[in-house]
Amino acid sequence: MVTLSRIIKYGVQAFLRNGWLSVSTISIMILAALVFEGLIIFNVVGKSAIQSIQDKIDISVYFKSNVAEDSILSIKRSLENLSEVKQVDYISREQALDNFKSRHENEDAITQALNELDSNPLLASLNIKAKDPHEYGTIADYLQNQNLKDQIEKVTYAQNQVVIERLIALIDTLKNTGITLTVFLSFLAIMVTFNTIRLAIFSNSDQIGIMRLVGASNKFIQGPYVVEGVLYGVISAIISFVILIPIVGFLSPYINNFIPEMSLSSYFNNSVWQLLLYQLAFCVGVGILSSSIAIRRYLRT
Amino acid sequence: MIIFQNVSKVYTDSLVALDKVNFKVQSGEFVSVVGKSGAGKSTVVRLLIGEEKPTKGQIFFGSYEVNKLKTNELPEFRRHVGVIFQDFRLLAKKTVFENVSFALEVSGRPQKEINEFVPQVLEMVGLKEKTKSFPTELSGGERQRVAIARAMINRPDLIIADEPTGNLDPLNTWEVIKILTKINELGSTVILATHDKEVINTLGQRVITLENGQVIKDEANGRFLIG
Repeated sequence: MVTLSRIIKYGVQAFLRNGWLSVSTISIMILAALVFEGLIIFNVVGKSAIQSIQDKIDISVYFKSNVAEDSILSIKRSLENLSEVKQVDYISREQALDNFKSRHENEDAITQALNELDSNPLLASLNIKAKDPHEYGTIADYLQNQNLKDQIEKVTYAQNQVVIERLIALIDTLKNTGITLTVFLSFLAIMVTFNTIRLAIFSNSDQIGIMRLVGASNKFIQGPYVVEGVLYGVISAIISFVILIPIVGFLSPYINNFIPEMSLSSYFNNSVWQLLLYQLAFCVGVGILSSSIAIRRYLRT
Repeated sequence: MIIFQNVSKVYTDSLVALDKVNFKVQSGEFVSVVGKSGAGKSTVVRLLIGEEKPTKGQIFFGSYEVNKLKTNELPEFRRHVGVIFQDFRLLAKKTVFENVSFALEVSGRPQKEINEFVPQVLEMVGLKEKTKSFPTELSGGERQRVAIARAMINRPDLIIADEPTGNLDPLNTWEVIKILTKINELGSTVILATHDKEVINTLGQRVITLENGQVIKDEANGRFLIG
């Protein structure tokens, strides 16, 4: 206990007395922490952007007007049994008409034209969403192969295939870019922090030799540096988080323009503690790890 | 008791620092190790505190066989030995008080003891008024006295001083030698490596003379005779 309290005392003392060295280490760590936070937010925004695109992709199967509702519903059930399918919605002819009317409520010409028809011109359809956008081709093939030709009027996949494929390519690129960027920038942030702490310890290497001569055991030498690492971590996590708050406030409306479903501010507000925890874990983790690794080479003689 | 038994230290074929060195030092002795630069004085010091290992031979200090100590056994061993260097080797970011108390803290002594011992020792070396100063705020002589206070705070059986007066003016040199003599009178063995002729000749104690890594003279009341 005495040892631990002395180690903590030395760590805090060294942190305070190192002055500008602590300040510069913390500034570098703040930058690294901002990159790390940026990555978390980038991933969240990216995911909802991808989700929002994916939700817009679907295919619809329109049935000829003479096909009975029962057989459409049985096709629906068989589709629902496919592992690739996430959701199938049945839209009856009447519902299609209602939907159409409410969509064009204020357009008199269309309403009038509809009123002049004595029968419902719209077809019943199944609206299919896949779990993975890559599967739409498979689902479309399935519909083709089920001998349903005489019942199906059209499948929208054929006409939208190019758009869907482009969207899929876009989604894949987004995902890969996200992963690459995350791995690369995290690595960068960790390396920069590690080397900063290593330099700070290097500038103290003669002091380490002196401590050994006086009979300090390794834990007595290493401990205070680890404590310093923790202090660097905690302080830079908190400062970088405080810097992040106005940045999120500023960016949120812009992101909202691109992805209407996404509110960065409310995401941030809802997960403020979680984000702070990640941030602390990242900074303190990197701080402790860097100090412990960097000091090792001075403890061998 | 300290025993150097057939100790050789070879860095490369052309650089033999010590060549079959033999000597014994009884506890309570004050022994000077003299010789020109490169004669092997500092190697003797480094081997004795376990900073380096001999190429051949054995070194004993009390119950320790120093050449066989493992890295993790060195800290405990070094608490029995106080070392003083020409360049003082103080912890720059710690005050005078903290530099001295550090040696006690690392050996786990209770705070009460530290608060009692450190001022006593600092008073003995004449630095009672400077406890809160940092090393950069002290003169060379004062820094060396801090180093001496640190070396003796653990009441070690052995004090090793490697050219302790090399960076000091004559006045401070005599201050340091006086303190070392006092420590010796209080019971610690003192080994002083130096090439200061006047110091040796005034001390009138045992002198081991090294030349090219070999002991060429070992006299009970020695004088400094080399160039």
